[in-house]
Amino acid sequence: MGAFLLLTIMTAFRILSRNRLRAGLTMLGIIIGVGAVIAMVSIGEGAKAAVRAQVASMGTNVIIVLPGATTVGGVRGAQGSAVTLTMADALDFKKKIPLLSETAWSKRDVMQVVAGNKNWNVPVNGISPGYLTIRDWSYSSGGPITQVDMDAGARVALIGQTVVENLFELGEEPVGSAIRIKNVPFKVVGVLAPKGQSAQGSDQDDIVFIPFTTAERKVLGTQFLGSVGALFASTDHPEDLPAAVEAIRDVLRARHRLQPDQPDDFTIRTQVDIGKVQEGTSHTLTLMMFAVASISLLVGGIGIMNILLVSVTERTREIGVRMAVGAKRRHILAQFLIEAMTLSLVGGIVGILFGVVGARATTMLAGWPTIISAESILIAFLFSLAVGLFFGLYPANKASRLNPIEALRYE
Amino acid sequence: MLISCQDIWKIYRLGDVEVQALRGVSLDITRGEFVAVMGASGSGKSTLMNIVGCLDLPTKGGYWLDGLDVARAGQDELAEIRNRKIGFVFQNFNLIPRTSALENAQLPLFYRGLSLREQRARAASALARVGLSGREQHYPAQLSGGQQQRVAIARALVSAPSILLADEPTGNLDTESSREIMKTLERLNQEDGITVILVTHEKDIAAYALRQILVKDGQVVSDRSGTPHALPLTPHG
Repeated sequence: MGAFLLLTIMTAFRILSRNRLRAGLTMLGIIIGVGAVIAMVSIGEGAKAAVRAQVASMGTNVIIVLPGATTVGGVRGAQGSAVTLTMADALDFKKKIPLLSETAWSKRDVMQVVAGNKNWNVPVNGISPGYLTIRDWSYSSGGPITQVDMDAGARVALIGQTVVENLFELGEEPVGSAIRIKNVPFKVVGVLAPKGQSAQGSDQDDIVFIPFTTAERKVLGTQFLGSVGALFASTDHPEDLPAAVEAIRDVLRARHRLQPDQPDDFTIRTQVDIGKVQEGTSHTLTLMMFAVASISLLVGGIGIMNILLVSVTERTREIGVRMAVGAKRRHILAQFLIEAMTLSLVGGIVGILFGVVGARATTMLAGWPTIISAESILIAFLFSLAVGLFFGLYPANKASRLNPIEALRYE
Repeated sequence: MLISCQDIWKIYRLGDVEVQALRGVSLDITRGEFVAVMGASGSGKSTLMNIVGCLDLPTKGGYWLDGLDVARAGQDELAEIRNRKIGFVFQNFNLIPRTSALENAQLPLFYRGLSLREQRARAASALARVGLSGREQHYPAQLSGGQQQRVAIARALVSAPSILLADEPTGNLDTESSREIMKTLERLNQEDGITVILVTHEKDIAAYALRQILVKDGQVVSDRSGTPHALPLTPHG
């Protein structure tokens, strides 16, 4: 059997090399199909990875609780203005829900920040110390806002990279210098490491953090003590997120004394939800391109089937001779299947090369990120093998069912 | 007995018409014979040869080849029997184009699953026996008609068959090449004791055989033995 396979494969290659133009044209469909699959999947994967990186920049396993039924919007405007969340809510989850590794709260407003003779309008966030852990902020210089700052209502601030660029001269060290927020003097204790764009496209580095207590008392003001703009929590493992979300919902509904028929007066979102929307878009795109590529592979497969049918007819006498000297049905079947798979595999390999070059060219010319995974190459390879097998089956079966007497007499 | 046909019938159905291609043929051939089967086209001789060559099965009757009950064999068994017991030589050579003489001669062994080395060695020695040493790598198109037919004979010999079945082997050849081919067959029969069954409609070709069988209307009408080149062929009254 080994010698049979080896010789049959060699014969298949010889037949292909004899009819190079015909083989090339036959393989074109497979080349285009596989090339398209590889290029499209790598572009899709690149886009997904970019989205994942953006979502990850929000922090890991983050749950965000926002006040009011914000999704309903204008219809319930009166309630929207009500502040429904408090820091006490956050402290309560921490106590009641062991799944949560960290909880925090914040409150924000855009205000003018002044340093020396420069000013800049920037979102100022009053935060509890846990916030920095949950959102995974690190520092390019200086350090965090601590519990001590929080308890004391200290006038200390952390500033983002964009704020540094707008308020300080190049080379000037912001840490230790003084800024004024709404005319209240603050000392800069740290500069945040840059995070870049968020999944929604806003600049995450255009930010100032101050202790929540300081914000509440001296800068942002408050409707009632302890009211917050948003609550944050995180879990150790991403798979705990859904359970944690449910637990938070239960605790909040109980604390807010909501009847079973009343809707939530808050909205819970997780990083996963935010990522899903973005990934969904690129997923749809990938699927669409997959469909286009599949059609191309189908056309390629039909091309292979067509050329094999021609080949079976042309070689009817040869098939007759092979049967006369002792080829069994399965030998003829195997021979034509191997020829079909050789065609589709060579086409597939050329297609993979084109796809890789195409993906690289896309990155170079259009600047889109692309990821060529070994997986997609393997899938393309197996797919072209399957196309050859599937579309070779009909002609090969036809060849193997020829009557040797008629085949020998065929002119 | 190498070949034993007993009351073989072959009946085709063409729409409503029943065609009786063979009507009760009985025939015995012993090992080492050189037999010519003659008959006009449509006489049933091709049908008989297809059955003897295990390419076709009789509708009725029994056929034993070297003790094997061929009439009851399945398609794969028939292929196996053809591979091991029968060497075919055709009128139009039927070599595989753009494939070397050696690879053409190897073909039966290829389906027997022998190692590549053994296939090549045996094919080369078969080519040597028909006087084609040194032409192993030639393609059919590079060989004369007579040489091509000798490659075909080498292909038939390579599997050391019980019968060499030559169907009009000289039909496409000039007189000189025909003589060469017939001499080759004669030599193989006399020196190596290979049973040769020759199908022909030419009397001078049939005259190489030691026994002549005439088929007419699906029946054997004459079966004569005699010295070659001597016996005048006259059908039974």
